[in-house]
Amino acid sequence: MSAPQLVFTWHDWLSLFTHFLALSMMSLGGAISTTSEMQRYLVERQGWLTPAQFGDSVALAQSSPGPNVLFVALLGWNVGLNNGSKLAALCGVVIAMVGIMLPSTVFTYQVAQWAQRNRERRAVRAFKQGMAPLVIAMLLSTAWLLATGGGTDPDRWPLWLLSVASCLVIWRTRLHILWMLAAGALLGAIGWV
Amino acid sequence: MSPSPLPSPDAPPGTAAISHPAPASCTDLFVSFTLIALQGFGGVLAVIQRELVERKRWLTNEEFIEEWSVAQILPGPNVCNLAMVIGQRHFGLAGAMSALGGLLAAPLLVVLALALVYARFADVPAVQGALRGMAAVAAGLVAATGLKMSAALGKNVLPLVACVLIAAVSFVLLAWVRVPLAAVVFGLGGLGCVLAWRRLKP
Repeated sequence: MSAPQLVFTWHDWLSLFTHFLALSMMSLGGAISTTSEMQRYLVERQGWLTPAQFGDSVALAQSSPGPNVLFVALLGWNVGLNNGSKLAALCGVVIAMVGIMLPSTVFTYQVAQWAQRNRERRAVRAFKQGMAPLVIAMLLSTAWLLATGGGTDPDRWPLWLLSVASCLVIWRTRLHILWMLAAGALLGAIGWV
Repeated sequence: MSPSPLPSPDAPPGTAAISHPAPASCTDLFVSFTLIALQGFGGVLAVIQRELVERKRWLTNEEFIEEWSVAQILPGPNVCNLAMVIGQRHFGLAGAMSALGGLLAAPLLVVLALALVYARFADVPAVQGALRGMAAVAAGLVAATGLKMSAALGKNVLPLVACVLIAAVSFVLLAWVRVPLAAVVFGLGGLGCVLAWRRLKP
């Protein structure tokens, strides 16, 4: 399926912007949790991206340095590219990133400020202490979903072994994280995992 | 590796005047978060924990998990929220924006550059293999971060057994049963908060 040839009007850019604005406040647990909603809107409803462009954007952002939310920048980039120019692509990046970041940033900043001012309050302390076990469970389940994301096929045991080994090394030693990533990349490139 | 000592085990969390290093300026925040972000393949949290808690010691493990609780429960990208919370704490709005800008600016340029060259190399098996290997390591890093942070549960106001039970049930519901996150946050997160509230002195 080849990329769609789009000609965006102001109204289309605005729709793209408001879509990300709305998803920003719904991205509980990270922007990645709204991926399926983005796919439904950008690919299925509007036809602005092909499924392959969508999947590549997510995969590329995952494997590049920085916060995972940057996949949103790539979605905007590709929507813009489908409009036929690099300038439109940059425009898409700005619209998508400002949209996804602005509401949650303003809200989080206000809450952080309030929580810092009221950190002695029993309710604030209870929240921070009471959430701790859940927060650790969220991390471990994210790790589980990342490790099994490619499927639970038993043939994938070398990948799981690599995940478990890197977990143990980072947990128990002070080896730099980049060494582990480089080892993973090397093992993958030579086809061992 | 021993956790940094607190002045008193009964000191209320987040209020103990622990003397530890702090970011020197907004520029320091921006540069620190830029360097952190550029090391964070497949997620930045593991690097933030290691750099800010274990190397720079801007936060103790206990403070880190408290900030992370706030950052993870609020809407928006977790690590961006965390950067803002840390920046805000030291230099207010300017600090929050410096930390957030550091986290996003350089990686945004990198990911766009990668997008430009990706089309040419996407089909090379070695490239696909390398990405697969890095993703497997990244999953391990996230798990390791969770395990490291779990050391802070020993100092939680909740009894350890309650912490472990809540964490275990939450993990099963989230990872295996695939219950929506919001339900688990309100259910088990809420339970943890109520229990903690009852155990804290008014």
